[in-house]
Amino acid sequence: MRKSLLFIPANQPGMLQNVDIFQADGIIFDLEDAVHLTEKDAARDLLKSFFNSVELKDVEAIVRIHHLDDIPAIINPRLDTICLPKADLEGLKKLNRALSTYERKYRLSKKIGVIALIETPESILNALAIAKAPRVNGILLGGEDLSTSLHVMRTVEGKEIEFARNMVIYAAKSAEIDAIDTPFTNVEDNKGLETDILHAKALGMNAKACIHPNQIELVNRLFMPSLTEIEFAKKVVIAMENAEKQGLGAFTVDGKMVDQPVITRALQVLKASEGYEDD
Amino acid sequence: MKIFRTAGSYESNDCLVTVTKADGLTIEIESVVFEEFGDQIYAVALETLKQLKATNMHVHIKDKGALDYTIRARIKTAVKRLGDIRA
Amino acid sequence: MIKNGVGRWIPKSYTPFVSDDDFKSKKRKQVKKASSGETIFLQSLSEVFNKLNIKDGMTLSFHHHYRNGDHLLNMVAKEIVKRNLKNITLAPSGIFPVHEPIIPLLLNKNVTQIVTNYVSGPVAESISRGDLEKVLIMDTHGGRARAIEAGDLNIDIAFIAASAVDKKGNANGVDGKNPCGPLGYIIPDVLYAKHKVVVTDTIVSSLTTTEINGNDVDYVVTVNAIGDSSGIETGTTQMTRDPVQLKIARDTVRLLKDLDVIQNGFSFQTGAGATSIAVSHYLKDEMEKRQLKGRFVSGGITAKIVELFESSYFAELYDVQSFDLTAVNSYKNNQKHHFMDASLYANPFEPNNIARQLDVVILGAAEVDLDFNVNVTTSSTHQLIGGSGGHSDTAYEAKLTVITTNLFKSRIPFIRQRVQTVSTPGSSVDVVVTERGIAINPKRTDLIEKLKDSQLNIVTIDELYQLVTQITGQPKSISTSDKIIGLIRYRDGTIIDTIREVKK
Repeated sequence: MRKSLLFIPANQPGMLQNVDIFQADGIIFDLEDAVHLTEKDAARDLLKSFFNSVELKDVEAIVRIHHLDDIPAIINPRLDTICLPKADLEGLKKLNRALSTYERKYRLSKKIGVIALIETPESILNALAIAKAPRVNGILLGGEDLSTSLHVMRTVEGKEIEFARNMVIYAAKSAEIDAIDTPFTNVEDNKGLETDILHAKALGMNAKACIHPNQIELVNRLFMPSLTEIEFAKKVVIAMENAEKQGLGAFTVDGKMVDQPVITRALQVLKASEGYEDD
Repeated sequence: MKIFRTAGSYESNDCLVTVTKADGLTIEIESVVFEEFGDQIYAVALETLKQLKATNMHVHIKDKGALDYTIRARIKTAVKRLGDIRA
Repeated sequence: MIKNGVGRWIPKSYTPFVSDDDFKSKKRKQVKKASSGETIFLQSLSEVFNKLNIKDGMTLSFHHHYRNGDHLLNMVAKEIVKRNLKNITLAPSGIFPVHEPIIPLLLNKNVTQIVTNYVSGPVAESISRGDLEKVLIMDTHGGRARAIEAGDLNIDIAFIAASAVDKKGNANGVDGKNPCGPLGYIIPDVLYAKHKVVVTDTIVSSLTTTEINGNDVDYVVTVNAIGDSSGIETGTTQMTRDPVQLKIARDTVRLLKDLDVIQNGFSFQTGAGATSIAVSHYLKDEMEKRQLKGRFVSGGITAKIVELFESSYFAELYDVQSFDLTAVNSYKNNQKHHFMDASLYANPFEPNNIARQLDVVILGAAEVDLDFNVNVTTSSTHQLIGGSGGHSDTAYEAKLTVITTNLFKSRIPFIRQRVQTVSTPGSSVDVVVTERGIAINPKRTDLIEKLKDSQLNIVTIDELYQLVTQITGQPKSISTSDKIIGLIRYRDGTIIDTIREVKK
């Protein structure tokens, strides 16, 4: 499960050379909004050259394409995921076909995944079908473009995207894929970022896109289960192991009966808290 | 007026490549790290131009500490923009 | 030439560096202290030159507490030129871009020798080009105190800029219209120079604190403006937003946590650069979380350090110089913000020097090599860019020495096979923190053991070197001319390395 994804303009070498130190779970190399129309060719060449030379360990390599034509220009064995902007069912179908064609052509060993960036009212309403489409392993909410389509202001409080957030979450969880929240655009406001993350997390988002490296630390930390959740999860697992040893079917933790959903949740929490330094 | 195209930028860690139609193939390098990496930049440029089968151009690289993969990419883009090469 | 203890060739006529703890086998040498009569108030620097019969070949000293807002050195330089004095040795504790006007004195041999701890800007470039006739000598802050008390640096006249002086000749750097903070670096000069001249722009009836005693002062001169307070600010006091610097700073504090250094009663020092300020910021967060209180924080003081101190995370603050006006004000107003003179700070022969009581010091570097030697003196193109300051002093004395540095910047690697110039020997350095890995000096097996379960990316210095070479490529080493234009004098008086002239 991803927690943090960082958008990087694909045409900036100064940013590319530091992607391995930002500690994001994935880097979204942006060929779309971050690159001027007249520089799309330069960005593609730079990205291709970068992928040929640099191996990214422990970081998911995602490219937000501008156009399907970007695929042959940047496809390579180190590419993990394509992020499709303004994703809809038709676009995802075409992308799937294109990726299959090029995976075969270049004999790639792994199957490239897709993060669907949904940013229109209709796509929000079709979120479930999008989430279940082939290759899609995450839905990213595009709050800015969505608000524009709704003819409303995008606000810090986020009432205008609450329904969209819920749709993304329900669809993602139905398809058992990542629900990724829209970026918080004020990079100077850490308190605001924290509030936004906690709100999204409480609704059910499990990850958030970042637009500045300085946002990543907070996103990684807050999308981790809390200490209380981890302590409880540990208790559940120990109690479960003890119950198994004694041949008992049901058992209690802190005076409450524990049934399957609680056990499953406890295992999820322990898995999500793996490999992260405690504070 | 000579036909030329540019690619890249003169920002830190990038380079600005200008290719101009000319006789033969010549490479000119200006770099903030010329003493340390001038030869290396030249070698990378030559190799890239060879791969692109580039001929008849003057290549000017104004470098501000770009790594090899950036230099390769900017040269490729500039040459493609100049239109001689179907790369 | 002889090879010294860090494998560098130095001229035969000088004492070669042996090791960073060799001074322990030596005896402290102290020449007789100078005496003064009653303090006499004069009208101008010209009068001083006449009264003291300042002539060719003399050594004149200064402090650098006004940093880039200093006026005094240039004023004295003007006087030297007016009288066409020759072969003067200048011994300012630091030289800044504002001192550009002394370059003609080098070219015309009014000044033929300079002894200092730090030099940057046009004067550094001039010396790098070979404009100084004799060899530049660079001391550390502690080493300069030692050199003065031992008679290695023999000062004829100490010119002391003070922001305020009273009728008895007592002086300080905090009262008056142009304060600069505690005058720590000039105290050895005050004790041992043959003659002491205090120069100020403000005479008061009483001082809030006495840093220099009127009994030690021969003359006082009043000028229009002694210095520019705003010139002491070394750069931005705002916290950096550079993600690379922030990562290095965060990892540094995590390292201190993993090593159990951040405890009640611990002592800490760091510098004034962007990374240092970020480290102080994250340290504060950590101490706040655990409600800890340290014993003291020391060094050159910035607003960030004052913030740590005023929020009661540290009980006391020892100040040898102020890097901004917040520090100056704290020193003026807070009882527990103490004055620290250069000798008490870092003289190796001062038994309870403050640096020796440090649990941890966080320092920077221009280059680090496979032996953990650090260069803070010359740039990648062999230009003189600074100097040790308190680097070698605190690196040796502190229990834990952490160097923070980028792995590379604009393609220039900061980890080298061999540093161009050794400012601080590797034996004084314990850990190097970069944005892509942390290397521990192999001789610190205790730290390696303590960090074996750490989540930090601990690697060897060789691995850091391999990594940076992989990223940037192998740089060609830049050749220098053979001419030696400077010597780096280690804190114990031995020579640790030479500085070469830059090729024209």
